[in-house]
Amino acid sequence: MSDSNLKKTPLNEVHRKLGGKMVDFGGWDMPVQYSAGTMKEHLRTREFAGLFDVSHMGEIHVDGRDAIPFVNSLTTNNVEKLVDGQAHYSALTYENGTVVDDLLIYRFNAEKLFLVVNAGTQDKDWEWIQSHRGNHDVDLRHASVEYCQIAIQGPKAKGILQTLTDTNLDEIKYYHFNNGEVDGVPSIISRTGYTGEDGFEVYADADKAEQLWSAMLDAGEFGQENGILPCGLAARNTLRLESAMSLYGHEISDTITPLEANLGWICKLKTDFIGRDALKRQKAEGLKRKLVGFEMTDRGIARDDFDVYINDEKVGSVTSGSHAPYLKKSIGLAFVPAEFANIGQEIKIDVRGKHLAAEIVPTPFYKREKN
Amino acid sequence: MSNIPNDLKYSKDHEWISVKDDVATIGITDYAQDALGDVVYIELPSEGDNFSAHDAFGSVESVKAVSEIFTPVAGEIVESNEDLNDTPEVVNDDPYGDAWLVKIRMDNSGEADALLSAEEYAEFLESEEE
Repeated sequence: MSDSNLKKTPLNEVHRKLGGKMVDFGGWDMPVQYSAGTMKEHLRTREFAGLFDVSHMGEIHVDGRDAIPFVNSLTTNNVEKLVDGQAHYSALTYENGTVVDDLLIYRFNAEKLFLVVNAGTQDKDWEWIQSHRGNHDVDLRHASVEYCQIAIQGPKAKGILQTLTDTNLDEIKYYHFNNGEVDGVPSIISRTGYTGEDGFEVYADADKAEQLWSAMLDAGEFGQENGILPCGLAARNTLRLESAMSLYGHEISDTITPLEANLGWICKLKTDFIGRDALKRQKAEGLKRKLVGFEMTDRGIARDDFDVYINDEKVGSVTSGSHAPYLKKSIGLAFVPAEFANIGQEIKIDVRGKHLAAEIVPTPFYKREKN
Repeated sequence: MSNIPNDLKYSKDHEWISVKDDVATIGITDYAQDALGDVVYIELPSEGDNFSAHDAFGSVESVKAVSEIFTPVAGEIVESNEDLNDTPEVVNDDPYGDAWLVKIRMDNSGEADALLSAEEYAEFLESEEE
């Protein structure tokens, strides 16, 4: 596929200038890493701060009198619980309870919601949402191209971002957001992220992407020893994996339900949504398989889709596996039959023909110290 | 640009080889380590293992990918660089020096002559990039 066929974020040229190694990520031309490399990018985010271009994510506006009941009819979490300025993690589900996509739902007010969905699934999501509108009184707008999204993550993220905004960031609680200005640019400042660290995701007009990106790099002293680093998709993936967060197409998909993926906490089965009955039934019958975290005890790295064996029988597969740069271990997530989903259970992973030993361990693998 | 020392021979699988008498030392090239990214794990063969030319004899894994390593020549492993088990990052820092992977006693000591020269490998890389 030639470059011209790939979609680009407003920061595409900037990534190239920063030495980004560009790859095709679900049809998007994105940096997998910059010149510092995945290891340094990952560690800098854990120890100081990292900057991520996530403008490829999809944004959908839901406005109107029925905004809340409409989104509640499509998603697993209870939108009625949100207050103005709050967001939550949720899932769009099919009738059979498997997952169309996972998403964030922001409530500006009772008649204005903002959905943030995955890049590669946004066209499918948009069609799904539109086709289930029914008689709901809502205006729907797929607004992805209008927005850039930049994530600043890490223990110093708040301090760095604070130098660029008059909004008091201490007043934005986890999974809350504010309309403010960053470097003079009107922005949605959201205390959310995908790294397991404290941090913010900033949404603004796509035209302002370069200005915001440069301002945040400068404020974080990029280029100085131990300053902020721009981080590519590889570090984004290893950071989320250490924190055992789900990635669509891996831990959740159109063949996996949220209950199987340890996401029961976002499934509010008292509200009525597409897929609820299937999830209720699955919960009543008991799960046949469960997502577990494992750590390799033999030397080696379990990669995505490797087979899992127990007592010489193939029982499941790895959904995500990698070396964990901060923990300095080889870790992964995998589906196993529920009867084996116990901490301390030994499993074997087929690593290119060799059955290497691993042990089921608690997740998340990494949890930051709250200060 | 990749660093390609003149005194080594190269394979199209991005291994380098240095021959002394009938023993070849094999590693991966600067281009290969750069393409892989941060190396975190290396799997090497045992002394006495025999390989035909183009056999995979081990693997190098970075945070994000795994790459098999192929021997450009046939022979028997006489030494594996076990130090790399504890310091795999040396593959990124010094691919042509401390990060040699194995020494292999060649079945046919002339076999390396047919491999690419530094100049030919540079041309091969350019043609790959296009």
